[in-house]
Amino acid sequence: MATHPITLTVNGSQRQGQVEPRRLLVHYLRDELGLTGTHIGCETSQCGACTVILNGQAVKSCTVFAVQADGGQVMTIEGLAQDGQLHPIQEGFWEEHGLQCGFCTPGMILSTYDLLLKNPDPSEQEIRHALHGNLCRCTGYQHIVKSVQYAANKMKGAPAVAD
Amino acid sequence: MVYMRQVGARVKRKEDPRLITGSSNYVDDFNPRGVGHLGILRSVYAHAKINGIDTSAAKAHPGVIAVFTGADVPELDRPMPHGEGETAGGQKGMVGIVTAPLATDRVRHVGQAIAAVVAEDRYIARDALDLIVVDYEPLDAVIDIEEAVKDGAPQLYDEVPNNTAYTWTRKRGEVDAAFAEAEVTVTQRMNNQRLAAISLETRGVLAQPDPLSGGLTVYTSTQNPHSVRAEIARTLGLSEIEIRVVAPEVGGGFGAKISSYPEEMIVAALARKLNRPVKWIETRSEHLLATHHGRGQINEISLAAKRDGTITGLRMRCLADLGAYPRDASVPPLTGMLMSGVYGYQNVDIEIRGVYTNTMATGAYRGAGRPEAAYYVERIMDVLAAELGIDPVEVRRKNFIPPDAFPYKTPTGPTYDSGDYNKPLDKALAAADYQGQRAEQRQLRAQGRYRGIGVVTFTEICGFGPFDSASVRVEPSGKVTVATGISPHGQGQETTFAQMVADELGVSMDDVIVVHGDTARTPAGKGTMGSRGLVVGGSALFKTLGQIKEKATKIAAHLLEASPEDIEFREGKFGVKGAPDRTKTLVDIAAAAYSGSLPDEIGTGLEATDFFAPPGTTFPFGADVVTVEVNPETGEVALLRYVAIDDCGRVISPLLVDGQVHGGLTQGIAQALFEEVVYDEQGQLVTGTLMDYAVPKPEYVPMFENDRTETPSPHNPLGAKGIGELATIGSTPAVVNAVVDALAPFGIRHLDMPLRPQRIWQAIQDAQAKAPAAAD
Ligand code: FES
Ligand code: FES
Repeated sequence: MATHPITLTVNGSQRQGQVEPRRLLVHYLRDELGLTGTHIGCETSQCGACTVILNGQAVKSCTVFAVQADGGQVMTIEGLAQDGQLHPIQEGFWEEHGLQCGFCTPGMILSTYDLLLKNPDPSEQEIRHALHGNLCRCTGYQHIVKSVQYAANKMKGAPAVAD
Repeated sequence: MVYMRQVGARVKRKEDPRLITGSSNYVDDFNPRGVGHLGILRSVYAHAKINGIDTSAAKAHPGVIAVFTGADVPELDRPMPHGEGETAGGQKGMVGIVTAPLATDRVRHVGQAIAAVVAEDRYIARDALDLIVVDYEPLDAVIDIEEAVKDGAPQLYDEVPNNTAYTWTRKRGEVDAAFAEAEVTVTQRMNNQRLAAISLETRGVLAQPDPLSGGLTVYTSTQNPHSVRAEIARTLGLSEIEIRVVAPEVGGGFGAKISSYPEEMIVAALARKLNRPVKWIETRSEHLLATHHGRGQINEISLAAKRDGTITGLRMRCLADLGAYPRDASVPPLTGMLMSGVYGYQNVDIEIRGVYTNTMATGAYRGAGRPEAAYYVERIMDVLAAELGIDPVEVRRKNFIPPDAFPYKTPTGPTYDSGDYNKPLDKALAAADYQGQRAEQRQLRAQGRYRGIGVVTFTEICGFGPFDSASVRVEPSGKVTVATGISPHGQGQETTFAQMVADELGVSMDDVIVVHGDTARTPAGKGTMGSRGLVVGGSALFKTLGQIKEKATKIAAHLLEASPEDIEFREGKFGVKGAPDRTKTLVDIAAAAYSGSLPDEIGTGLEATDFFAPPGTTFPFGADVVTVEVNPETGEVALLRYVAIDDCGRVISPLLVDGQVHGGLTQGIAQALFEEVVYDEQGQLVTGTLMDYAVPKPEYVPMFENDRTETPSPHNPLGAKGIGELATIGSTPAVVNAVVDALAPFGIRHLDMPLRPQRIWQAIQDAQAKAPAAAD
């Protein structure tokens, strides 16, 4: 099958590749770039384990072709902590026991990132609603909600961080 | 520094830093050089003869490395041995049947593996699967268990009439007399629908040749690496030391990853045959088709009772769906064994038939047999309460096994270790303000609103042996490496075990590493399942730490020039009794242990391995109070409050117990309200993606109000009872009881799960058609 050249900025560095038009972004990130923190739980857009930030928006990378992301900016879970310093959302998940097996966690964290950009002070219901595209089979969501609340509080208190 | 005990404290998990940064590895995250990607062709018929398989076009496809059928690989055309389950092995007296990993002449369910493609890339493997042509000759299939046992039904196995694999019975006391003399009897047919485990990580296997042993290293997403090792070795005709099985990060299991599977055998055999790494990653649709399901029973259950609510007899006739190729058929008998619940009735007559159908096998799923039992018992208690017009709480109290009766031998089989069932019930009723809620319910009913309150009291069986293990090595620096035979995959035992080590040896939790899930690095073990991780694995660690402490005490005595009897362990240090400043830390002791200069009676080094074989099982218990409101116009259920009080014995990690409870409750609620695996009459899977199979989303559950009581188990040194499954077991009947309670004004006494809006709405319509005035 024919391949196409693509150029992406992934976690701040430029990556170039040759991909088949049918290759999913998630497979490009995982198999070609070795960014295996992005997970696959369904391949059909239900579970959210594959969530990444593409051009400032949370997307399910199992539902985006790599060629569609050409020229774009991608942030994966590997790009969230800066200089070894956990992001407040990561801290929140650790502090509040927001994960068990951890498989949903990268997607949960990046969906939370998207939520808190748009709504820095969400209510419990707004958190649950914003995460409705992310399934977790382990936690029953209670500690995930608390993790998000922890992060929101921490981010409100902290000085504004450049994006 | 202030000395702080870690056991019982709220501590953050040791597992998390790698998981929240995406830096750890699940099976699919490994990509060794030269890996071939394996795809599996699966049957599209529920029941068919295979007259031929043509793989030539697939073989010729560019990028395909090889294509195999069972005929090409003798190891994969032989029956797999029975799996190792929570209680081990196939059911006694069972007729039938184990399957070969690749079917060659007959298939008995949609999704059964027929051929395997290995390709350079996962996309190519899937392309090539479409090029394989199978010549099927369809046969009549039977999907429904009540149909399957009828004379003349299509038969899966010629030698198994009525598709009945086994009949399990338990008869104690004078049941016929109890029913003949009963002041009141109630009978209810109940369906316990099939569920899918849906671990968020599907199954996956990667096998690669291992130059060290000349055999294989196999990475697999399993709960039980030692048993997978034994079965791969047997399948390939190798010895255990030639196979190393690693369970890396595992993204949830819930029972479905206990047994080994055909795919593990296929990947291992082909990696050996091709002499290169081979990887298979299950798609979500394959998970729904070919990872075993849970539950799947139909039951008719009856109680005999006195007017005051005292139960005098229980009878049940149950059909349990085994699917076509059960790897562990011991789950349905567990249902029978737990039919005593928390109650003292003595006359029981239980019959369970295990039935083959043309569907995917059933097996363990969170609770494995016990949720079914708790569902039947707790549901029929409410049916009885409604019949008698007694509050459901009172009917339960009337029949509790009293706290002074333990150890208590049940008529259904097990001997309960310890219990005090009023304790969690009292606490739950107080937390929920039960009386206040009943008053509110009466007011709302008068306004035409349908509030319902569900109450359950329940127990289960945990902590199965036969044993588990731990190795502890104090390194020369005084840091500690623990290797455990259990195989956690989300439960957090790296943390719990580090808490124990910290307290027992006086080190920081940061100075402890816990290794698991690797047959080359851990002592023999039985995996993580059946809430046994802490109960059995933790107890093995506790015993091993005892050995370490004994030797450390001798070394400290030597260093402090005291006799070992005069050494005590206080606030994390080994010190001379009565001499506060004469102490040695583990760092001092480790340095001495590896100095090579200790006297012979003490000896060099500081490490130990020990095993714990539990003398009996454990029986955690609890009580839940649930509040719902049903919208009669739409049939929708709003889950308003959930109060859960669990007694899992002594607690090491309260935060982690809360996590287990929340997740467990959500899975139990999911059975009550949302989830169901559905096959059509031809045996086609209707619920083949997460679009059709309804896993709860964050908005479907409330904030849970959970708390504990603590009744230690006498069956292990920790006093722990297990918490992995308990919440699931209580929550299914709790929610159904609440919904049925809400619908009581319509005269509804039972509804089968899942209680989706359509079913509830229809039941209301039917009730109103029968008695138009009743609801107004
Ligand atoms: S893998 Fe993309 S949503 Fe599930
Ligand atoms: S932590 Fe396991 S799926 Fe969320």
